[in-house]
Amino acid sequence: MERNLMKGNEALAEAAIRAGCKCFFGYPITPQTELAAYMAKRMNKAGGVFLQAESEIAAINMVLGATSTGVRAMTSSSSPGISLKSEGISYIAGSDLPAVIINVQRGGPGLGGIQPSQADYWQATKGLGHGDFQLIVYAPASVQEMVDMVVKAFNKADEYRMPAMILADGLLGQMMEPVSFPEISDAQPDKSSWVANGHNNKREHHIINSLYIQAQDLEDKIKERFQRYEIIKQSETDAELYLTDDADILVCAFGATARVVKSAVNDARAQGLKVGMFRPKTLWPFPEKELNKAAASASKLLCVEMSMGQMIDDVKLAINCSKPVDFFGRTGGVIPTPAEVLDKIKAMGGNN
Amino acid sequence: MAVVFQRPKSLCDVPLHYCPGCTHGIVHRLVAEVIDEMGIEGDTIGVCPVGCSVFAYDYFNCDMIEAPHGRAPAVATGVKRSNPDKFVFTYQGDGDLAAIGTAETVHVAARGENIVVIFINNTIYGMTGGQMAPTTLPGQVTQTTPFGRDPKLAGYPVRVCEMLATMTGTALAQRVAVDTVPHIRDTKKAIRKAFENQKNNKGLSIVEVLSTCPTNWGLSPLEAIKRLQDEMIPYYPLGVYKDITADGGEK
Amino acid sequence: MTTEILLAGFGGQGILFAGKILAYAGLMDNKELSWLPSYGPEMRGGTCNCSVCISDKPVGSPLVLTPDVLIAMNQPSFDKFIGSVRPGGKVFIDSTLVDSKSSRTDIECFYVPSSELAETQNLKGGSNIILLGKVIKETKLFSFETMKAAIEKVVPPKKAALIANNFKAIELGMNS
Repeated sequence: MERNLMKGNEALAEAAIRAGCKCFFGYPITPQTELAAYMAKRMNKAGGVFLQAESEIAAINMVLGATSTGVRAMTSSSSPGISLKSEGISYIAGSDLPAVIINVQRGGPGLGGIQPSQADYWQATKGLGHGDFQLIVYAPASVQEMVDMVVKAFNKADEYRMPAMILADGLLGQMMEPVSFPEISDAQPDKSSWVANGHNNKREHHIINSLYIQAQDLEDKIKERFQRYEIIKQSETDAELYLTDDADILVCAFGATARVVKSAVNDARAQGLKVGMFRPKTLWPFPEKELNKAAASASKLLCVEMSMGQMIDDVKLAINCSKPVDFFGRTGGVIPTPAEVLDKIKAMGGNN
Repeated sequence: MAVVFQRPKSLCDVPLHYCPGCTHGIVHRLVAEVIDEMGIEGDTIGVCPVGCSVFAYDYFNCDMIEAPHGRAPAVATGVKRSNPDKFVFTYQGDGDLAAIGTAETVHVAARGENIVVIFINNTIYGMTGGQMAPTTLPGQVTQTTPFGRDPKLAGYPVRVCEMLATMTGTALAQRVAVDTVPHIRDTKKAIRKAFENQKNNKGLSIVEVLSTCPTNWGLSPLEAIKRLQDEMIPYYPLGVYKDITADGGEK
Repeated sequence: MTTEILLAGFGGQGILFAGKILAYAGLMDNKELSWLPSYGPEMRGGTCNCSVCISDKPVGSPLVLTPDVLIAMNQPSFDKFIGSVRPGGKVFIDSTLVDSKSSRTDIECFYVPSSELAETQNLKGGSNIILLGKVIKETKLFSFETMKAAIEKVVPPKKAALIANNFKAIELGMNS
C-alpha cells in the first residue's frame, strides 16, 4: 500500500472524506486548524459541504441538522471549543443521532495553552454535556490510527445512533507520519426509518427530538439507550497490550503519551526490568477485560497521562483497586519524557 | 357540498397546547396553508425552537427537528446545506431568536442562507412563565422586570427586522401582525413570499409576526389584541424592511 | 537504529521545510519516521524548531530532546540546544549567523557559512538546504539521490522551478 506523509490533522480530514463524510462544520482553533483548512480545500471537490460556522456552538448544531437528514457529518475543535460544543453534543445524544466529533486536545482549564494535553479525558468519557449519556471515545496514538479510527467512528456512530469522538491531542494533530489509506467503504446502514429529510408524502412525518416532557417517557428512553450502551461495552472495547505477559509493573497510557511510555518500557526492558504497557484504544467503553488480562502478572500499576490524573480512576475501577496504582503526569502542555517515565518505573522498584 | 374551510393537510390533527387567545395557532395555520398551497409538505423540513412553540414538531405534518435554544438557524443551515433542494424553515420566538440565538440569527442572514425564518414577537418569554424578552417594551412589567423594564438597567428592545434589513444576505425582512383579518392576510402573503424566495434561491427570508401572550401579559384575549395594536405596533412598525424582489428593493 | 534530528532557527528560515525534506527522504528509503513542528506564536517571527526521527522500527516519542543531529540556524537556537546533543552527535551550524563555537569535545561541530554561501551563489533562502547537504555528507543518513527524490516530492508543483536550485544547494552543502 502506498505510504504518504501527512499531518495527523490532515489525515483525520482525508479519512473522514473517504468514509463518506458529506458535511464538515468547523471553527478555527489551534492546534486543530489544519483539519478545517484541509476540509475547505477538499470537501467541495469531494461532493460535500464545508462551512466555517460563526461559533463552535453553531458548528455542532449544523452537524445536528445535517445528520438529522441522514448524511454523515463531522465537526472538529480543540478543548475550549469542545466545551462550547457540549450543549449540541448532549442534544445529538438525546436525539439518537450519529455524529463524529474530533478533539485535538490542548491544555486547560479556560484558555489554558495550545500545547498537547490529555486533560479532557473526564469530559469525553464522563460528562460531555448535561444528562445521562455516553459517546464512544477513540484514542489514537499514531497518524495511521487516526485514519483507522475516524472510519470506525463513523461506522459505529451510525450503527448505534450516537455520537463518537476521536480524542487526539496537539502532538498527534501536528506531527507527520507515514500513513496509508486502505480501501474504505463509505456504505451506511439504512437510515430511512428515522431521518428527517422530507417524507415525500410517502410516510408519516419523522421527528428528531430530545424532549420528553413526561418523566416516565424520558426514563424509558434513557434506559433503552443504556441497554445499547451495555452492548457496546461488551463488543466495542479495544486495547493494545505490549510486553504484558510477564510484566511486574504495568504502565497504562493512552494516545500520544503511550508512545512516550513505549519508549520508556523498551528502555526498562533493556535494563532487565519486567515492565509492560497497557494502552486503551477505546476510552469509553473502557477495556476492562483487556486491562485485567494485561495486569494478571503485575504486582503494581502505573498510570501516565498528560494531565493531573484522570484515566487513573477508570484503571482503579477496572481492577477493582486490587493492586496499587501509581501515577505520573505532566500537564499544561508539557510532554512527559521517556527518561522521566523510566525514572518513575525505577522508583517503583519493579522486579527483574 | 363544497368544503369552504378545513384543517390544512400540513397541520396534524391534534389539539394544540397553546393558551386561549394565543396567536401561535393562527401563525401555525398560515404556515401550513402556504406549505399546502405550494404542494411542498413532502419536501419540507421544519426546525422548532425552545420556548412556547417547542412542540411545533407535533403540529406540523412535515419532517421536524427540535433544536437547542436559539440554535434553530444553525440546525436549519445544516439541513439546507446537505439538502439544498428541500424547503427548510425555522419557527422561533423572541427569546430564542433575539437573545440566546442572536449570533445564529445574524449569521444566517450574513450567509444569505436560503431558508425561511418565522419569528414570533410577543415581547415576553412565555414557556418559562413571563420573563423579560429582548423585545420587551420599555416600562413593560414582567416577572424579571417587576417594576417595568427600565432601559437604563435592562437595555432597550431589539428591532430584529430593522437589524436584519442591513444584512446583504437578507432577501426579505417583513414585519406583520395577526391582530386583524387584513393583517392576517398580509401575514400569509409574507409567509408565501418567504417560501417563494426559498424556491427561487433568493437567500434568507424572515417574517416577524407581532403576536399576543394573554396569559403572561395578564390580559384577556381581546385586551391582548388591543395592547398589540396600541403599544407594540407603534414601537415595532409593520412593513417591508427589505425585499430584494420588489421594485426599488428596500424600504 | 534511530536517528533523532532537531532543526532550529528563526521562523522564515525554512526550518519546517528542511525537516520535511528529511522526513520525505525517510519515506523514500522506506524508513519509519516522524516529523513534529513546534507550533504556536513562535511560528510568527520567533524561534522555531522541528523534530525529525528516522528509524528502522516504529517511532516512539516523536519529540526530540537529545538529538543525534542538531541543525542550528541562529544564535538563540545554538545556545538553547547545543547542550542537549547526545554525546557522539553531530551539529551543523550556520556560521554566518552564529558567532559562537562549542567547547564540547564529545560532539562534532560543522561550521558552514550557509547564509553567506546562499547569498553569493544566488540561492536566496537556500541556507537550510545547504546545511542538509552537509548533513548527508557527514552522517551518510541519506544518499544524494534520495534527497533529490524527497525535494521533488516536497516542493509544490507551483514552485517546481525551484527544484533545480534546491539540488544545487544540496551539492553545495556536500562540497562545503
